[in-house]
Amino acid sequence: MAAAPTIAKAKDFVSDQDVRWCPGCGDYSILKNVQKVMPELGVPKQNVVFVSGIGCSSRFPYYMNTYGFHTIHGRAPAFATGIKASRPDLSVWVVTGDGDGLSIGGNHLLHTIRRNLDLQILLFNNRVYGLTKGQYSPTSREGMRTKSTPQGSIDHPIDPIAFALGAGATFVARTVDVDAPHLQEILHRAHAHKGTAFVEILQNCPVYNDNEWLEVEDRKTRVGAALMLHNGEPLVFGPKDARRGISIQDGVPSVVDLAADEDPIAAGVAVHDETHRSPSYAFALASLARPEFPLPTGVFRAVAKSTYESMLQAQVDDAFEQRGPGDLRALLHSGDTWTVEA
Amino acid sequence: MAQPKKPIEQVERVAIRFAGDSGDGMQLTGTKFTESTALAGNDLSTFPDFPAEIRAPAGSLAGVSGFQIHFASEDIRTPADQPDLLVALNPAALHANIEDLRPGGMVIVNSDAFTGKNLERAGYDGDPLPALEDRFRVVQIPLTALNREAIKDLKLGTRETDRCKNFFALGLMFWLYNRPVESTLRWLEGKFKGKVLEANQRVLKAGLHFGETTELFPVSFSVPKAKIQPGTYRNITGNTALAWGIVAAGVQLGKPVFLGAYPITPASDVLHELARYRHFGVKTFQAEDEIAAASASIGAAFAGQLAVSTTSGPGFILKQEALGLAVMTELPLVIVDIQRAGPSTGMPTKTEQADLLAALYGRNSDSPVPVLAPATPGDCFGTMIEAFHLAVKYMTPVIVLSDGYIANSSEPWLIPDIDTLPRFDVEYRTDPEGFLPYRRDPETLARPWAIPGTPGLEHRIGGLESEVDTGAVSYLPENHGRMVQLRAEKVARIAQDIPPAEVNGADRGELLVIGWGGTHGAITSAVNDARAEGQDVSSLHLRHLNPFPSNLGELLERYKQVLVAELNCGQLWRHLRAEFLVPAESLSKVEGQPFKVSELRERIDSMLGGRK
Repeated sequence: MAAAPTIAKAKDFVSDQDVRWCPGCGDYSILKNVQKVMPELGVPKQNVVFVSGIGCSSRFPYYMNTYGFHTIHGRAPAFATGIKASRPDLSVWVVTGDGDGLSIGGNHLLHTIRRNLDLQILLFNNRVYGLTKGQYSPTSREGMRTKSTPQGSIDHPIDPIAFALGAGATFVARTVDVDAPHLQEILHRAHAHKGTAFVEILQNCPVYNDNEWLEVEDRKTRVGAALMLHNGEPLVFGPKDARRGISIQDGVPSVVDLAADEDPIAAGVAVHDETHRSPSYAFALASLARPEFPLPTGVFRAVAKSTYESMLQAQVDDAFEQRGPGDLRALLHSGDTWTVEA
Repeated sequence: MAQPKKPIEQVERVAIRFAGDSGDGMQLTGTKFTESTALAGNDLSTFPDFPAEIRAPAGSLAGVSGFQIHFASEDIRTPADQPDLLVALNPAALHANIEDLRPGGMVIVNSDAFTGKNLERAGYDGDPLPALEDRFRVVQIPLTALNREAIKDLKLGTRETDRCKNFFALGLMFWLYNRPVESTLRWLEGKFKGKVLEANQRVLKAGLHFGETTELFPVSFSVPKAKIQPGTYRNITGNTALAWGIVAAGVQLGKPVFLGAYPITPASDVLHELARYRHFGVKTFQAEDEIAAASASIGAAFAGQLAVSTTSGPGFILKQEALGLAVMTELPLVIVDIQRAGPSTGMPTKTEQADLLAALYGRNSDSPVPVLAPATPGDCFGTMIEAFHLAVKYMTPVIVLSDGYIANSSEPWLIPDIDTLPRFDVEYRTDPEGFLPYRRDPETLARPWAIPGTPGLEHRIGGLESEVDTGAVSYLPENHGRMVQLRAEKVARIAQDIPPAEVNGADRGELLVIGWGGTHGAITSAVNDARAEGQDVSSLHLRHLNPFPSNLGELLERYKQVLVAELNCGQLWRHLRAEFLVPAESLSKVEGQPFKVSELRERIDSMLGGRK
């Protein structure tokens, strides 16, 4: 196929469909940032495929002027697997939500991450079912009162980051819907990673679970409520005059108060290592939750591992090299045959 | 001194059943006998019948595994209602199979196995053999001892030694029916090494020599070559033919094949087979579940592959949701359901044809899908090529209904000349000029296959209702009605690609027997036998179940009575009555077993007022 002229503008990635999310939905910001980042990735528009399941977030592909497939509830990772495994040349993005990805689609998400196909999976986590009008989701806090849990949810929630780490993810990150620079940086990192890049995007549902992430969305509170992960740098958060750090002993994190000019490392604060040889370090980070701890954002883990589609293609290439191109006549005549004379 | 050679008696057709414990290697024994018989030039039909358990308790009735082969010097279509010879390696195998044996037939037993515990496990109070002497010719052979004796100097363990005894029995059968032994010896050389190879070779030959020397068999038999269509043949099972049909479709359509599958009996062999053909560009994906297998295949279809997902009943139901999306997004996809006895897990290794209504109607809302069903093991090959052709020509999912019987049984197959196989040019859309994702071909109503990577054709599809032509999401009432109608009309138009139904027998008359799928052989045999005896009966086999051949309604009117015979509780029967308002009758069987010719014959005769 002929190379397309280079697309350099965000608006080229805007489809002709009217965006139908509720006013104030966090998805608007995510969409805008994805459209902004797309031309910067250097992938011709025709080679980009967005795949989604069902839910508010899964309407995403309709608004991207790329190839797009709005599939069935929870199954987007499986559809994406078929696309990427058969066409490694395509840049495949999965958009899912906390219900779609972690409830009905938990199995597909798990196995897709484990196989490490070179995909980007963006999981919008608003901790509620929006499209079905406000039931609790697998990430909702215990006790959350919704139409389906009038006395409060009795489900213990699952943490998307821990889930991805548990599945053996090679790239795990968290970012925030309205933090444009951070979101863009994480999208770039996710795309650059060879393998399944799992990105949890904290996203606000203004209708059914408003302000769930307010502390990390609001610039004023973010500095104390979020722990920005930077590879090779100590886990420090808080305003300059009240810095605090995270120490991890035997996998158990604790908060360390830092004096004004105290060296965090000397004070026992852990240094962030995305490539830590054990995922248990990233698990310890994933366990950091409000209000006791700041919520980490950034890249939890980024390690190298071979991808499914490249190994599959290698098997095809090897077979081709060793056995030559398939010969149908030879196949049909293989083994014992006999001839009946006229 | 060499013994004089025993006389050979010529017979026209023979049916043999090998039966033993599921660990006794009966399927292998049957398969090797079948290969040899195929090479001997007979027409043949086989029926493997085994339990779902890999190793049921030794000696138990539940663990009995059987393999029946029918071979002849003439055209045959079924594995035969009753075997002429039963080989029973233990009392349980005898108990489970003896009532099927033709009265006066021969039963060969391993007399060493007829001991207290084995008899008890098989549910016998004492030795059952004396009582059978009145009805059958009982031949007792101490197979275990003879086998041990033949290879005792090799000093294999008892377990390894006893494991060879099926080949002693096989050798004896080769002698009894004058089968060539070379193909099995060749196979052994490729399979084993050292002492184990030598043991098996020796035991096979010991069985042969035992036949020649023992006084138990005064004569051996031969079955002359069948007078069949000239050409090069091979023996083939339905699942192998099905897998090769998928490979051939890729070659003939010039597109890469993608199979998404999840292990399930009796469909797994198709996955195993296709996994070996990476050099044909075939990519196989063992998914985490049936849903993902179908979903990944649809993803691959969207990306331009010839996509297929193979399964059986319970897995087929899990794929229905994905099938609905393939209907909605109008992508080419082939789903193969190798039906087994159900509902639920049912009897995984036993056959049935009870997923027809699920194939036709098993999705939410009005969701038409073309349905094809192969008639014989060899027919699976052409059916798969046809299924892919229809899928890409009409941009639609297609369901292929095979069944456990076709999947595992085998027949001699005239290897097609690949130059005569249908070739299809399938073009992806590349021209952006005037492109709309749902703008249809006026003749087929197919929408364009526009795959990612094509500049200027970026578009979105999905499970939400699409606007006519543009494919944009639309909830408008008239648009939905129009799209439902277009999807139905598109599938209906496939009838223009389907050959008219052809009747076996007379083009009008008293009784027409209709069948589909793996019952083809039994129905044709029963009808041909009845016709030979002067009955006014004909048969019609449907390979296309949706849409039907366009002449079907007219054909049905030409017969006074119509009988629909199928291995379910009347699914095609119900469907035909609804479609054509014919007062058809139903012959149904749901025992996990194929029809016997005699069962069909009985009903035919009774509908025609008795046997002539």
